[in-house]
Amino acid sequence: MNTLVLIRIALRSIRKNKTRTLLTMLGIIIGVAAVIVMVALGQGAKEQIRSRIDSLGSNLVVITPGASKSGGVSQGAGSMNRLTLLDAETLTRESMWLSSVSPLIVAPAHAVGGSGNWRVGVSGVSAEYATIRNWEVSAGRLFDETEVRAMRKVCVLGKTVVDNLFAEQDPVGQQIILRDVPFEIIGVLEPKGQTAEGRDQDDTILAPYTTVKTRLAGRQFIPMILGATDNKADVPAALTEAKAILRETHGLASYDDDDFTVRDQNELAETAEGATEVMTLLLAAIAGVSLLVGGIGIMNIMLVSVTERTREIGIRMAVGARGGDVLMQFLIEAIVMSLFGGLIGVAAGYGGSALLEKFTGWDTVITPQLVAISLGFSAAVGIFFGFYPARKAAALDPIEALRYE
Amino acid sequence: MADSQAVIRIEELTRTYSEGDTAVHALRHVDLSVNPGEMLAIMGASGSGKSTLMNLLGCLDRPSSGRYRLDGLRVDEMNRRELADIRNTRIGFVFQGFNLLARTSALDNVELPLLYDRRGPKVDRVKLARAALERVGLADRLHHQPSELSGGQQQRVAIARALVMQPALLLADEPTGNLDTRTSLEVMALFQELNQAGMTILLVTHEHDIAECAGRLVELRDGKILRDQPVEARRDAVAELRDLPAGADE
Ligand SMILES: Nc1ncnc2c1ncn2[C@@H]1O[C@H](COP(=O)(O)OP(=O)(O)O)[C@@H](O)[C@H]1O
Ligand SMILES: [Mg+2]
Repeated sequence: MNTLVLIRIALRSIRKNKTRTLLTMLGIIIGVAAVIVMVALGQGAKEQIRSRIDSLGSNLVVITPGASKSGGVSQGAGSMNRLTLLDAETLTRESMWLSSVSPLIVAPAHAVGGSGNWRVGVSGVSAEYATIRNWEVSAGRLFDETEVRAMRKVCVLGKTVVDNLFAEQDPVGQQIILRDVPFEIIGVLEPKGQTAEGRDQDDTILAPYTTVKTRLAGRQFIPMILGATDNKADVPAALTEAKAILRETHGLASYDDDDFTVRDQNELAETAEGATEVMTLLLAAIAGVSLLVGGIGIMNIMLVSVTERTREIGIRMAVGARGGDVLMQFLIEAIVMSLFGGLIGVAAGYGGSALLEKFTGWDTVITPQLVAISLGFSAAVGIFFGFYPARKAAALDPIEALRYE
Repeated sequence: MADSQAVIRIEELTRTYSEGDTAVHALRHVDLSVNPGEMLAIMGASGSGKSTLMNLLGCLDRPSSGRYRLDGLRVDEMNRRELADIRNTRIGFVFQGFNLLARTSALDNVELPLLYDRRGPKVDRVKLARAALERVGLADRLHHQPSELSGGQQQRVAIARALVMQPALLLADEPTGNLDTRTSLEVMALFQELNQAGMTILLVTHEHDIAECAGRLVELRDGKILRDQPVEARRDAVAELRDLPAGADE
C-alpha cells in the first residue's frame, strides 16, 4: 500500500465532509494564530527595546547607584548608595578609557516661557553629554565646557518642550524661566523618541550641571553617570577602570561590595529584554495551551468521526484494508487537517499581527522560524491527538464494524 | 466431493456467540466442500446460521473452532493482516444491504479494493473499475453516487466492486433480498454468466426460485446442514430475462 494512495484516500474523505473538517481545524487555526500573534508581539517588543537602547548612544558606559543583583537587575537605590558630582568629576579627570563623561542631575522644574508653562525635568549635564548620546541640535547650538565651568544660565530644549511652549516661534535666543531663574535658550535638540521604558526622551531641557546644581534648588539626585569610549573594543577596559576609580572614590575596602553598578549597552539591553523574554514566554505558553486545546478538539472530533464512520471502516476492511491502512488513513487525515489548520492559522496570525500593529502601534515581528515551529507543532498535535482515534478505528473487527448501525 | 482441489473446504466449523451468560450456537460442526466452478445456493430459515457461515467463508469473521481451507490455505490460522489480504485478492463479497460508501461515486466505490491491492505491478485502477462497471451494465452511471441509483443499480455497483479484483470466489449474502423480481432475475443472470465463465459462487437466499438458479442447494437448520443436493431443474436466468417483456420494473 503506498502512502500516496493513503494520502489520496484521506484527502478525499476530508473533502467529502467540509463542515467536520472545518470544525476540526478551528481549534488549531485559533491556537496557531494565537501563538503567532503572541510571539510576534514579544519579539516586536524586544526589537523595539534593542533599537531604543541603541538610540541611547554608542560605546556607552552607564553607571547607576546601588549594587547590582545577580542577573544585572539593580536594586532600588538606597539612600546609602548615591552617586555624586565628585564621582563624575573624578571619572572625567582620571579615566583613560572614557573619552567623555557626563553626570546626569535631574531637577524637576516649572518652566515658563513662550506661550505658557510646562512641567519638565531639567537635566544637568556636562558639555560632553550630547556627544555621548549621539544627540545633535536641530537649531542653535549646544553649550560648551567654558559655559559649564562658568555656570552660565543657558539651556537646550527637547522637541516636546518646544512643541508645548514655542509652537509657532523660534525659541532660540529667547528666555525661559526655570524655577524662577531665567535661562537663555541656545538650541533645540533633534527628536529622539521614547526610551526602553517608554519615557519621552524629548520632554527634557539640558543645562550645565553646575548651573542646575547651584541655581535650581530642590531635591537633586544623580540617577546616572554616562560615559563613552572612542572605540567599541575599549568598553570592557573602561568598565573595569571605572569600577576601580569609583571604589577608590567611595573609599570601599576590599571586602566591601560595590555600591554602584557599571554596565555597558549590551547589559542594559539584556536587563530590559529579560523582562520581555519572560512576557514572551508567558504569552507563548498561554497560546500554546490554546493550541493544545485545539489538539484535544481534533481528538474529540476524530473520535466521534470514528464512531460515525464505523460502517465505512467496515466496508474498507471487507474489501481488503488492513488495520494499518485504516490507522494511516485516520492519522493522515488528522495530520492534513492540523497542518492545513496550521497554515490558515499562520495566515490569520499574520493578519492579526498586522491589525494589532495598525490599531495599537505595537511592533510585531514574525520570523520564518516562528512560522516553521508553529507548523511543526501543529503537525505534531495532529499526530499526537490523531493517533488514539486512528488506533481505535484500526482495531475494529470487520464484521462488528459492518454490523454497526 | 471433498477432493484436494476444493476452493472451499471446511471441517467441524463452529461459531458460538456469547451473549452475556448465554451462548448462541450459530454454527455447529459444519462440514462443507465446494469445488471450482460450482454455483451453490444456501437456504434456511431466519436465524439458521446462513449469514454466520457466509461471514466465516468471507473471512470477515473467525470460527470458534474447526478448520477452513480456502484454495488449500489454512485461513483459520491466519492473522488479521493476512485475512485482510485474502479478502482483498481472493474473495468478492456481496451484501444484502449493498454496503457502498455514501457520497462516493460508483467508480470510486468500485476502485476501493484496488486501492488496497499490494500485489506486484501498478495497474490502471480507473480503467479496471470502469471495465467492472461496464461488465454489470452500468457504463452510463460511473459518476453517480449511491443515493442517485436504484436498489438494483446499487447492488450492481457492489457486484462490480466484488469483481474488480477478479477473484475466483464470489460470496453473496441475500444479494436479491432488497430487490424486486425483475432486478433479482437480472442479478441472477449476471451470476450465471460469471459462473459459466468459471467463477465459483456461493449465495444465500430465502427464495426457492432464486436458489434454483444455482447448481447445488445446501439447506441449513439450527446451525447444521440439513440437506446438500444438486438442483434438479436448474433455471436459466439469462434465457428467462430475454423472454421477459422489457421495461416492466426499472
Ligand atoms: N453478533 C451476534 N451476536 C450474537 N448472536 C448472533 C450474532 N449474529 C448472529 N447471531 C445469532 O446467531 C444465529 C444465526 O444468525 P445468522 O447467521 O445471522 O442467521 P441467518 O443469516 O440465517 O438469518 C441467530 O440465532 C442469531 O441471533
Ligand atoms: Mg442473514
